[in-house]
Amino acid sequence: MTTTTSAPPLGYDDLGRLMSLMTGDEKHGPAATSTLDALWVLYDRVLRVSPGTVDAPGRDRFLLSKGHGPMAYYAVLAARGFFVEELLPGFGAYDSPLGHHPDRLLVPGAEIGSGSLGHGLPLAVGSALGLRAQGLTDPRVWVLTGDAELDEGSSHEAIAFAGPAGLDQLHTVVIDNASATHARPGGIAARFETAGWSVRTVDGRDHEALHIAFTAPHPGRPHAVIARVAPKG
Amino acid sequence: MDTMRDRFIATTTRLLKEDPRLALVLAEISRDGFEGAARAHPDRVVNVGIREQLLIGAGAGMALTGMRPFMHTFASFLVERPFEQVKLDLGHQGVGGVLVSAGGSYDWPAGGFTHMAPGDVALLDTLDGWTVHVPGHADEAEALLRQAATGDDRVYVRLSLQSNRTARPVGPALSTLRQGAGGVVIAVGPMLDNVLTATDGLDVTVLYAATVRPFDAAGLRRAAGASASADVVIVEPYLAGTSTAKANDALADLPHRVLGLGVGRAELRRYGQMADHLAAHGLDARALRQRIAGFLAL
Repeated sequence: MTTTTSAPPLGYDDLGRLMSLMTGDEKHGPAATSTLDALWVLYDRVLRVSPGTVDAPGRDRFLLSKGHGPMAYYAVLAARGFFVEELLPGFGAYDSPLGHHPDRLLVPGAEIGSGSLGHGLPLAVGSALGLRAQGLTDPRVWVLTGDAELDEGSSHEAIAFAGPAGLDQLHTVVIDNASATHARPGGIAARFETAGWSVRTVDGRDHEALHIAFTAPHPGRPHAVIARVAPKG
Repeated sequence: MDTMRDRFIATTTRLLKEDPRLALVLAEISRDGFEGAARAHPDRVVNVGIREQLLIGAGAGMALTGMRPFMHTFASFLVERPFEQVKLDLGHQGVGGVLVSAGGSYDWPAGGFTHMAPGDVALLDTLDGWTVHVPGHADEAEALLRQAATGDDRVYVRLSLQSNRTARPVGPALSTLRQGAGGVVIAVGPMLDNVLTATDGLDVTVLYAATVRPFDAAGLRRAAGASASADVVIVEPYLAGTSTAKANDALADLPHRVLGLGVGRAELRRYGQMADHLAAHGLDARALRQRIAGFLAL
């Protein structure tokens, strides 16, 4: 199933071209583009995982919880060499490994399947618990959610548990494109803070700011980065 | 004698010591019994609070990192409340885990319907790849839990306060306890003693199952073929009819009738004791005798 490429990884400037190879899910185009910069900074400069280490027990794990509009995610995975870019035009075809929502049994490099919102944070909590239980205290678990995804109660079960549990291997990136229909009095960051997380809010298009926020130390606490991008409109 | 739930606590506590891969995820229920285990293995005994979606999600996440999670609470809160998590976090992610329930269909009658899950096995039947154990005795529960701890598959162990007097050997196949010509009666888990009493003196084959999924179709086909009548009565401690389709599929090439007995679908809205509920559902020995003998014309 692994179709890794031996060519050197592509760069940020290749992502637009790679994304244009995937058609058929235009409805979720904005959802895809909103994640692009956060994903790139993570995979390029933060995550300690590569095509060769997808099964290594000590790897960092990235869980895409916001599974709709995965084109940016697939483009980043292809650019980083997790699979060949020749798979991209087949996006959504019957026998393609690339669905409109990722399936971890089909997409090389995907840690979880997604599509139903609110599942990634609990899975990430469990991953952090499992790593800690096996004495693997170095690998980090990252989960990317959307702001509207935080409507789901299951996300809040995870947030409420992780703070008091001191899951400092756990990191959440919330892509905030103001998608939620209903107001969230107090905002997103406050909800993580109240639950005992370390939190940063940044411009979700500024690579340097993202990197600083992603790598800010947070001893003894899980860490959340709220990455703001232009409202979905 | 200890209850199945007591035995689950004792067995899991021992297993945690024996197997570093094993983890236990709780949602407050039974946490007192696991206090010692939690002290001894603080990273592997996790109480997530009253958060059943997280119970399953966290268990599945631990499985993603290579651990073997036991996830436990009352049947209604374990299978029904977080059913999408069962479907996706375990099945769709392709990871395994062991769901262990207490409470069943009528263990706490005074607690009412919110704490009853007669539909749990039927719900899991809509998913692929689940092994379902319904032990009839604490010894069987222990053996099945030990077995479940070693695998990578998806397993549901349904514990109950209802118990048979004697434990039987466990295994994937239906076991033959009596042989007769007038038809086949399948007793599931803790229904066995009532079935044995009910069929005393009747010319029927009695089969016992502590493992109902995968359903032993070949075993039923053999038993039905060996009996003059291929008619089957199934007696289950959960929703009546749950296994009727399985029996029909097993006997597709043989003219037969199936009667599926179990818990009724309508809420009783009555409290009292387990014996009251068994009688109300027609699952006490006296009612079973009438219904079985009537159906099989014995």
